[in-house]
Amino acid sequence: MENAKAMAEIQTGKITPEKSCKPEAGQTMILLKDVYKSFGRNHVLRGVNLEIKCGESMVVIGGSGTGKSVLIKCVIGLLHHDRGEIYVDGKEVSHLKERGWNELRKKFGMLFQRDALFDSLTVWENVGFALRRHTHFTDDEIKAAAIEKLKLVGLSNVENLMPAELSGGMRKRVSLARAIAMEPAILLYDEPTTGLDPIMANVINELIVTMREKLDVTSIAITHDMNSAYRIADRIAMLYQGEIIEVGTPEEIKSSQNPIVQQFIQGEVEGPITRGADFGHQTLHSIGGNR
Amino acid sequence: MFALFELIGAWVLRFLDESGKVVILFGKTLYLSFQPPFEVRSLFKQMEEFGIRSIPVVLITGAFTGMVLALQSHTGFKRFSAEAYVGTVVALSMTRELGPVLTGLMVSGRVGSAMAAELGTMQVTEQIDALYTLATNPIKYLIVPRFLASLIVLPILTAFADVVGIIGGYVISVNLLGSNSTTYIKRTYDYLGLDDIYIGLFKAAVFGMIIAIIGCYQGFSTQGGAEGVGKSTTRAVVMASLLILIANYFITAAFF
Repeated sequence: MENAKAMAEIQTGKITPEKSCKPEAGQTMILLKDVYKSFGRNHVLRGVNLEIKCGESMVVIGGSGTGKSVLIKCVIGLLHHDRGEIYVDGKEVSHLKERGWNELRKKFGMLFQRDALFDSLTVWENVGFALRRHTHFTDDEIKAAAIEKLKLVGLSNVENLMPAELSGGMRKRVSLARAIAMEPAILLYDEPTTGLDPIMANVINELIVTMREKLDVTSIAITHDMNSAYRIADRIAMLYQGEIIEVGTPEEIKSSQNPIVQQFIQGEVEGPITRGADFGHQTLHSIGGNR
Repeated sequence: MFALFELIGAWVLRFLDESGKVVILFGKTLYLSFQPPFEVRSLFKQMEEFGIRSIPVVLITGAFTGMVLALQSHTGFKRFSAEAYVGTVVALSMTRELGPVLTGLMVSGRVGSAMAAELGTMQVTEQIDALYTLATNPIKYLIVPRFLASLIVLPILTAFADVVGIIGGYVISVNLLGSNSTTYIKRTYDYLGLDDIYIGLFKAAVFGMIIAIIGCYQGFSTQGGAEGVGKSTTRAVVMASLLILIANYFITAAFF
């Protein structure tokens, strides 16, 4: 009975922060305005502008080391940007203190590149971690909720295993189950298919699409896997030399006239990116503006 | 010449930077130790890990230190016929100095390195970032239980080391060196004050804090995969051991 009550509360979202952003209203969930971030002399983000609508699935593409991870880490406050403004659900985050961040982060779920499961906890303890920290549910109730979330990502009878006993794909799915445990409004995916075989990569892609349909979340995924990007994105943004140089639907990106974008999505060896030419500054202005 | 100054300057800046970070971490840990929710489950787990599993090492260290102390002081004291005071010297040395310092150094090697390795691995595998995203303060969740466990456990381990050290000294003096049992116990009892024990236990508590903060700091500041974890582990043991020896002098001087 208690389990049923707990499950009902989780399913109805009573334990999660209220989602103020409504997809049908076309509101903005995340907005980055002229965001800069440097590490010493390494200027990683050099004026990033990006808007993610409520309920939208945005995929940020770009080569290794272009600052994709830095970008989403700035959004969730794992890194703090040097200049510019970042709005999450209408709130500007630059001046948030630790308590403010902790409240805001309850709206987020994040799937890490290396899954980041806690080695010392079982699978269900990992999935139910946030429930244990932020609700008053008993262990039995949390375990029941964790099992439910594991089923959502296609896993059963793994709840008592340790993360070390799982395969790469299973770990990724457990990590996804943990990210959605509190029914977040925003999901961040850091290279969700990296290191997986093609079949498992597609399983994860389908899960990401399913999560969006079932949970009605806004999401940002960063990847350099174009198959994954085309499958999960409503819009794709390309990050190059610290700036967003193009934003568009998958079809628009495929037919982009920007040689940098074309070289990247075609994976060609020869082109402006590998020549190291300064084509990065042939930005939105010179190719027709931000769509 | 300028290169040398540059090198020294860089070293000084790095030292000040790291010292500042350690002090800030210590302050945050101390503050969060009094903030609910209290991680009782984790605290007991760490106390078991650091405390109970360190007992054999500490007992062996304490016993053999007491035994060698009896042998050495007997050799020295015999030269001016003061063998009767071996018990006093063993007891005072163990409680005031060798008990806390050797326990601190042994636990630093065993526990400080484990903390740095565990938290360092968590850092390089993004588990600490994951804690932030789950709206959990890693200092509160990971460092506070380790800090409190170390603070509580080290004086207890030191007390064990003191007791077995004194017993070890007694066994060697009475059974091997032919001292009189009653005299040995009386001399120990007469000259050993409660203050001597308190100072030793206070030192141990400070060493416990040093081991936990340095181990956790090194773990949290790990960069660069498995190699980084290895370096952090080594640095944790070296830094904690040096700080224990330095702090030992200042505490001793303060209570001299």
